[in-house]
Amino acid sequence: MTYEHAAAFAQTSGLIYFVGIFLAVCIYACWPRNRARFDAAAHLPLIED
Amino acid sequence: MAATPVPKHLTEGEVGLGLTLLIGAFLCALASARAVDAPFSVHMAVFALAAVAGVVAILKRYEARPAEAPPQVIDGRPNYNLGPVKFTAVAAMVWGIAGFLVGCIIAFQLWAPALNLGLEYASFGRLRPLHTSAVIFAFGGNVLIGTSLYVVQRTCRVRLAGELAPWFVVLGYNLFIVVAGTGYLMGVTQSKEYAEPEWYADLWLTVVWVVYLLVFLATLWKRKEPHIFVANWFYLAFIVTIAMLHVVNNLALPVTVFGSKSYPIFAGVQDALIQWWYGHNAVGFFLTAGFLAIMYYFVPKRAERPIYSYRLSIIHFWALIFMYIWAGPHHLHYTALPDWAQTLGMTFSIMLWMPSWGGMINGLMTLSGAWDKLRTDPVLRFMVVSLAFYGMATFEGPMMSIKAVNALSHYTDWTIGHVHSGALGWVAYISFGALYCLVPWLWNRRELYSLKLVEWHFWISTLGIVLYITSMWVAGIMQGLMWRAYNALGFLEYSFVETVEAMQPYYLVRALGGVLFLIGALIMAFNLAMTIAGKTAVENEALPAGDALPATAGLAPAE
Repeated sequence: MTYEHAAAFAQTSGLIYFVGIFLAVCIYACWPRNRARFDAAAHLPLIED
Repeated sequence: MAATPVPKHLTEGEVGLGLTLLIGAFLCALASARAVDAPFSVHMAVFALAAVAGVVAILKRYEARPAEAPPQVIDGRPNYNLGPVKFTAVAAMVWGIAGFLVGCIIAFQLWAPALNLGLEYASFGRLRPLHTSAVIFAFGGNVLIGTSLYVVQRTCRVRLAGELAPWFVVLGYNLFIVVAGTGYLMGVTQSKEYAEPEWYADLWLTVVWVVYLLVFLATLWKRKEPHIFVANWFYLAFIVTIAMLHVVNNLALPVTVFGSKSYPIFAGVQDALIQWWYGHNAVGFFLTAGFLAIMYYFVPKRAERPIYSYRLSIIHFWALIFMYIWAGPHHLHYTALPDWAQTLGMTFSIMLWMPSWGGMINGLMTLSGAWDKLRTDPVLRFMVVSLAFYGMATFEGPMMSIKAVNALSHYTDWTIGHVHSGALGWVAYISFGALYCLVPWLWNRRELYSLKLVEWHFWISTLGIVLYITSMWVAGIMQGLMWRAYNALGFLEYSFVETVEAMQPYYLVRALGGVLFLIGALIMAFNLAMTIAGKTAVENEALPAGDALPATAGLAPAE
């Protein structure tokens, strides 16, 4: 394996990995079913016990 | 449940930790006696004494405590463990003032080098790491550990895991600070910026940090609140990443186990890359992720408004932690580091602008509907101005990481100005805001001793920051331009000493800015001490007396 092969593999897989994770996080954050849970979580610091 | 009294006996933890400390004290005393250099002998004696003090403290605590373990819940409310948090709040204030003071001293030394008095102990090379470690690790570290132990309890609605372990963490961490700081004064350093302590101090910090991680994880594990609040994610990223960075960057072989000197296992450009992978992520995960956790808890709490967008906070978190870890090579532009690695570091630094500003906007917009509070509440103003400085510093940083800009800025005082707009403006201000919130909550006071003094602190230290960063911008850019100036014949226009001479007036302005910042911190310390003492300033006397409030009253709930 040459340096070019290693670099091409690292660059391509890195790109796919990061874009994939970023998309997954965006989808998770914007998923409609999570809305109520996240809205409740936004109020978490304000709850007194 | 039967009401028979439980016979009092030492817990397994008390016996185990006590014995471990005794063995440790013995080994450290032995190492102190056989030490090959004086600083190592002193430090081993310090460790031995600390271990003996730890055993005494365990026994004293045993005498004073009731037979049963503290209840997890009292009257349906979690029985929060606030003792260790109180300790860190006081320690942060003490270390902060010490760190700011040493910063002022070395700032004046740059203006007038004779101020080192010809003493090795007061030389710039020894006092500079004392300053950086005192403000970053002692002041910032105590704020981070303290607020994390507070926030994880409140947002999980559960008492902190362990009884001795949280005390081991806060006392052990501060012992590390003492060993590191006294080491610098005695000339003990491994010469890695922000990782100066030698191998034995590093090993001790590793032990303390692993216990910290376990306390934090175990508290999350037993949480009563199903959702893990975003601040805890940021704290966890901070704890885990610092553990990884600390261990890898400090891999070293001691010359002898009875001496302070060690050699890193990496050499040359690999060592440089590891060091700046560590160094920049100390900025990213110590000085950013941990303090963003403070933002996500204390800003909503003080503004009495929910987080502007919880969705944005999730994207903010994952984007920030995945990008920061790659930005380090921008500290090594135009060095032996391969060009592609430099470009990689630059690219990720520029991309970081987005999550940084996303987080800043999320924090600022949390005030929507409560902007009027900025006029009346100087504590909230500290936190909002800290976010403004965060935005400024995270714009300036990516810009300076661009190779063409870095060619001008690197090794100049522009970098120092940039670091301080982040450190004074963002890190210290959000810490001040958090401490001003936390101290009345921890000691059950209705409000601070005096909000007027907070106003004074705010304006004096803000003026100090402005003097500091403007003088360093001018000095740094001038310095960079003078270094690269050529005359018509292709010779350098200025000698190095001419650039030093040109910066002298700016060094004085910078030192005066630092003094203003220190004065502000002294006002704060007085205000917090009076708050803890339960005093009320004349202006607040119309309010009901503070002490009578229940433990968790704090501020009124929002809606």
